[in-house]
Amino acid sequence: MKNKIRVLIAKPGLDGHDRGALVVARALRDAGMEVIYTGLRQSPESIAETALQEDVHVVGLSSLSGAHGHLFPAVVQEMKKRGLEDVLVIGGGVVPQEDIDDLRAQGVRRIFTPGSSMRQIVEYIESEVEPS
Amino acid sequence: MPCDRTGSRRLSSARRQWEDEVLNKALRRFSESREQFRTISDLPVDRLYDPTHVEQVDYVDDIGFPGQYPFTRGVQPTMYRGRPWTMRQYAGFASAEESNQRYRYLLSQGQTGLSVAFDLPTQVGYDSDHPMAQGEVGRVGVAIDSVDDVSVLFNEIPLDKVTTSMTINAPAAVLLAMYVAVAEKQGVDPAKLGGTIQNDILKEYAARGTYIFPPHPSMRLVTDVFAYCSENLPLWNTISISGYHIREAGSTAVQEVAFTLANGIAYVQAAMERGLDVDRFAPRLSFFFNSHIDFLEEVAKFRAARRLWARIMRERFKAKNPRSWMLRFHTQTAGSSLTAQQADNNVVRVAYQALAAVLGGTQSLHTNSRDEALALPTEASARLALRTQQVLAHETGVTHTIDPLGGSYYIERLTTDIEEAALAYIERIDGLGGAPQAIEKGFIQREIQESAYRYQQKVEREEEKVVGVNCLVTEEEPPTDLLRVDPKMTARQHARLEQLRKARDNDAVMRCLESVSAAAQSEDNLIPYMVDAVTVGATLGEICGVLREVFGEYQSQVTL
Repeated sequence: MKNKIRVLIAKPGLDGHDRGALVVARALRDAGMEVIYTGLRQSPESIAETALQEDVHVVGLSSLSGAHGHLFPAVVQEMKKRGLEDVLVIGGGVVPQEDIDDLRAQGVRRIFTPGSSMRQIVEYIESEVEPS
Repeated sequence: MPCDRTGSRRLSSARRQWEDEVLNKALRRFSESREQFRTISDLPVDRLYDPTHVEQVDYVDDIGFPGQYPFTRGVQPTMYRGRPWTMRQYAGFASAEESNQRYRYLLSQGQTGLSVAFDLPTQVGYDSDHPMAQGEVGRVGVAIDSVDDVSVLFNEIPLDKVTTSMTINAPAAVLLAMYVAVAEKQGVDPAKLGGTIQNDILKEYAARGTYIFPPHPSMRLVTDVFAYCSENLPLWNTISISGYHIREAGSTAVQEVAFTLANGIAYVQAAMERGLDVDRFAPRLSFFFNSHIDFLEEVAKFRAARRLWARIMRERFKAKNPRSWMLRFHTQTAGSSLTAQQADNNVVRVAYQALAAVLGGTQSLHTNSRDEALALPTEASARLALRTQQVLAHETGVTHTIDPLGGSYYIERLTTDIEEAALAYIERIDGLGGAPQAIEKGFIQREIQESAYRYQQKVEREEEKVVGVNCLVTEEEPPTDLLRVDPKMTARQHARLEQLRKARDNDAVMRCLESVSAAAQSEDNLIPYMVDAVTVGATLGEICGVLREVFGEYQSQVTL
């Protein structure tokens, strides 16, 4: 039997908007993935630590507060410290186009902006991840 | 609106005749575009409403007259014929200086009230140099650490001449203390201060996420504000019980009304349990709703909320003062309905939503800016948003008569349906022990999440159409003229804090913080102690830190 893709959906920083994170988490679960949600107000360290403990293939970060430029790369850094370079990091939120290239250069492979469909996100993850 | 039996028989037979001879003929030639029509909240919509749909609605008991129980048609007897709603644009970013400039600009452009957006560290009680504040300082609102920042925020804005709304919840009492301290510094008598503090902690646990303390001490802080204001700030709205964020989190219109009023019931009960007289505090309760994109449903929602609250206050809480029965509310157009794609379309969405709020009888209004699915608004977008409601107020004529949609068969029927469905929810919440218990059990969160997911599925199946997103899609260049918060601003805010900690009398600060701590452990009203503490330069983070030690911190249980 094929292994399930394991995903951590995380809310770094202080943003309380979790509608998007919760809807995406549920859509991924309905698509057959195993999904863990951190809840609100997580530090980059605690997210990386959870990713390590839970042995996930994907970390999905959500922030709508404009703090993505600081927080998303900080999570990537913390993950590197723990040897998690091969985990796919993606993000979502209110992120202007001009920030997206910066985030990619810093290891956030894809940003889903408002209006992205659940199907797009599922298909992207399935195309990028081969569960071990 | 009952009609007599003969009239009713004539109507039924006329309707049947129309269906047989006109409608069915047309339907045989052209079918309708879908089998079932529903509102965005999933309420069924009939083809045509006529007097039979409102037979149960009694004009005098259920609709009545504006300024009179049950206030279905509005809370004031003359509504916008007297004066238009307050135009209150939610604004704030970066530091107090930048935000002060934006406020003065908006006032110079004809805005009639202020509304302060605080950044997230402020909203969760951290100073700007706290480790958890990294990346968040000045992002979604203005960074406030001490009374000095508040002083700069209102520089050259006389606090006895404007009313100010502050979107602050968990640390609401501290920000109120700072506002009072700045008023005193400006030489303004606190008794003359008009405005609103959001102070609605319950919806933070359920939908918005900026809680700090557990529910019990949080409710005590809420009622401390009620009690303090009834003594010292008689013109101040002590709470803004908010459905806005519940709706943004994905609820339906019915859930928005139900969960908001259920929270309202919990606050009234908490205040009465503290021995406050309902008719002293209830007239200062205010509300805050979302104006979403399903136009007629929204108009009916506002009317239903008003009628239901009047009945709850009069019948359930036995309030005697008519002002206690009145649901006065602020409205903001729906941020979640805005799209990053074809962002100019948002101007049109906002205009419809603003019209719904006005036809629903709002007391004040924020119109969103076109770029809000991308960033905080630029000055130009904020001005266009303000102009949108100014055109509505001054040019369209919808202000000339009161509740112009009242009496529409559909609007009256929908008003009744929303009221009944919301009441049924409130009864379920009562059955769980009230709103705080329903939130603790995760009931309200689950109901909201369920609706959010259902809506998203409908968008993906294209049962709900969103222009520019799942239909009428175009290729476009991403917009470039977005507001950027100056990244050096955080360092400046840190330097200001360091300066403050050096310059102030630190012994006095310590003594005041100890008094706050002692008061938190007693039954005393905390606010006078907070006013003393902020006056000697204690920071928001220090005061909340003391309260964190006494009260503990709330940990939400994660439900997926």
